[in-house]
Amino acid sequence: MSPPPTASALREQQAYVAAQAADARVNVELDTGDMTLNIGPQHPATHGTLRIACQLDGEQVISAEPLMGYMHRGYEKLCEVRTYPQCTTLINRIDWLGSFANEVPFILAAEQLMGVEAPPRAQWIRTILFELSRIANVSLFLGDMGVQVGALTPVFFAFRDRERVLNQIEEVTGGRFHPNFDRIGGLKDDIPRGWIAETHAVMAKMRGFCDEMEDLLMGNEIFQTRCRSVGVIPGDVALSYGLSGANLRASGVDWDLRRDANPGLAWDQVDWRVWTHPDGDSFARYWVRLQETREATKIVDQLLDGIPSGPIMAKVPRIIKVPAGEAYVSTENPLGEMGYYVVSKGGLGPFRVKIRTPSFSNISVVPWVMRGTYVPDIITILGSLYFILGDIDR
Amino acid sequence: MSAAADLTGALGLAYWAETAIKLGVALIVIPTAALMLGYLFLLKMMAFMQSRLGPTDVGPHGSLQLIADAVKFLQKEDIHPAAADRRVFRAAPVVVLASSFLLFVVLPTGPDAVVENLDTGIFYAMAVSSLSVLGVLMAGWASANKYALLGGLRAAGQLIAYELPLILAVMGVVIQADSLNLQEIVRAQAEGEIFGFGLIGNPFILTQFIGFLIFMIAAQAELTQTPFDMPVAETELVGGFHVEYTGFRFLLFFMAEVATAFAFSALATVMFLGGWWIPGFDFNAPILNVLGPVVMLAKILLVAFVIFWIRFTYPRLREDQLQKFAWKVLIPLSLANIVVTGIFKVVL
Repeated sequence: MSPPPTASALREQQAYVAAQAADARVNVELDTGDMTLNIGPQHPATHGTLRIACQLDGEQVISAEPLMGYMHRGYEKLCEVRTYPQCTTLINRIDWLGSFANEVPFILAAEQLMGVEAPPRAQWIRTILFELSRIANVSLFLGDMGVQVGALTPVFFAFRDRERVLNQIEEVTGGRFHPNFDRIGGLKDDIPRGWIAETHAVMAKMRGFCDEMEDLLMGNEIFQTRCRSVGVIPGDVALSYGLSGANLRASGVDWDLRRDANPGLAWDQVDWRVWTHPDGDSFARYWVRLQETREATKIVDQLLDGIPSGPIMAKVPRIIKVPAGEAYVSTENPLGEMGYYVVSKGGLGPFRVKIRTPSFSNISVVPWVMRGTYVPDIITILGSLYFILGDIDR
Repeated sequence: MSAAADLTGALGLAYWAETAIKLGVALIVIPTAALMLGYLFLLKMMAFMQSRLGPTDVGPHGSLQLIADAVKFLQKEDIHPAAADRRVFRAAPVVVLASSFLLFVVLPTGPDAVVENLDTGIFYAMAVSSLSVLGVLMAGWASANKYALLGGLRAAGQLIAYELPLILAVMGVVIQADSLNLQEIVRAQAEGEIFGFGLIGNPFILTQFIGFLIFMIAAQAELTQTPFDMPVAETELVGGFHVEYTGFRFLLFFMAEVATAFAFSALATVMFLGGWWIPGFDFNAPILNVLGPVVMLAKILLVAFVIFWIRFTYPRLREDQLQKFAWKVLIPLSLANIVVTGIFKVVL
């Protein structure tokens, strides 16, 4: 393990800026103009419509600025004209790779305002589905990172194995992508017969997939050359830019909302650990996510064996009216901290919803981290920061 | 007297008839070769390696898919960017394709089955293969697109870095075979002996193993295949130098890429794997004009398999890492290879 790169990364960046200034002084007559390169809005590496305006000197990046908003859908405003149960259909579509995980914090916030608590069985199944959507989401990243650095094959393996997880989610909720399954006070339905054994088998397969990625991609020398010490984000910088999730843990900050602020799900009932990596580079972010996917399969395995019996729905009125008040609930979503600040005035729907999405904060570090890197590193860094466009523009 | 002249003498053909035959063979062989590699490796093998099905519908096992694709490309509109340098833009794919066509001219596939048996065959092959980067640079410049320009410049930088180890790797073979003529290189392997054991000749892959490795790595860079596909780099440069090309002009680039892969596999076969010669046959046996191409094709497919296998397995290096690898590893290694080969040549 290489030593923490905080000081060296800073020095590298300062050295680059100093060299640029020196060049500018020496080469007054030989003015080599900078080139502006717009990466995106339509670009394969931004998997969505993110635009990065880069100033290039040759292939070296002088400045890079992410410009978002090309896919803004106004969800916060739309939530204000919907009832609470209707909001979850929208919220599903924020981080579209881990939809179920989006619903949970909103429902929890509404439950908190109403003073309702879901029965234990519902909480456990919620946690299982939450972790399943984490696996479905992050396993795609594990393959997609290969494409970002030029290896085409891993992403197809990821799509193949992720499908098994989606099948399990579909068997319970009826939806592959957008389950819309969480209800205020519990869940829409119970799990089907035979599902537990099947899910155990799928979790074993996903652990196999993680091993495969470790062999195929993470152990690859070229992959390591491309990712190690590229896009180094020291822990203090990560904290000051509001990074969360695996991006923060890869910078050596031991912070996980599942453990630190469990808002009423079953994570504290099972045995698992939080993985961190001291390096803070792109490789560390990949490594942390790989370990987290493994850890998530273990969480699911343990939860499956211990689902308590009982109802899956608390007693809530047919027409849901949330009493006036404010609540903020955030959970550790696949991409990082996702929080909903819900303000209620006692009506059928929320008066105001503020959605704190992880990707939006995560890419705010882009201008800092990209200065002085090369064009291919832009893609590596973007890939390793791992954002979902719906999660940036909601 | 060259083998081509032998063929004319043997069959008693006039110059124009011989030229017509050669032209016909070249025009049939090159697209067929490109199609075959494209289908076998780009469509089918890639699909199996990535646990996909690949094409299944068009023809038996989807074997006509490439023809369907070609028809699709022909139907597309031919678009020039408004700011493009139209003449250069149009010429670029032709230059690239011409470079790979010219490579096929010197490839021997039998004692007489060769289009032109040049005495400086390998020198010629190295020279024309580097023409393609001219076309790439033209395409990158004339497209008036920043991604294309970056791709073209990367290709130029890559060429300078990788022509050198490529040629130096070939030098080892040339020293050992005493000739630049590709037929003579095949003959040297056919008539060579391994410690007095001459049944299978002496394929140079045994003595020039390091040269073979360097040649394959440099060829991978020359063909802009992963892990050296920075000029194309779909996820960074969105296709690099050919990002602005559509329809038939894009097809030309695509064909040139696959045909050059075929030609480089053939060069590796000729220089390192014993070429078309079959152990046990007399070097000039006329039957080898028929059997030679078959043996040659089998070996070419083997080498091409390795090229595409690497392509589908590895991630892409960064441009500066590639330069570092070329100048600090490959070139010193190939120089050492030449020195060692020279010493052995003098001593033995």
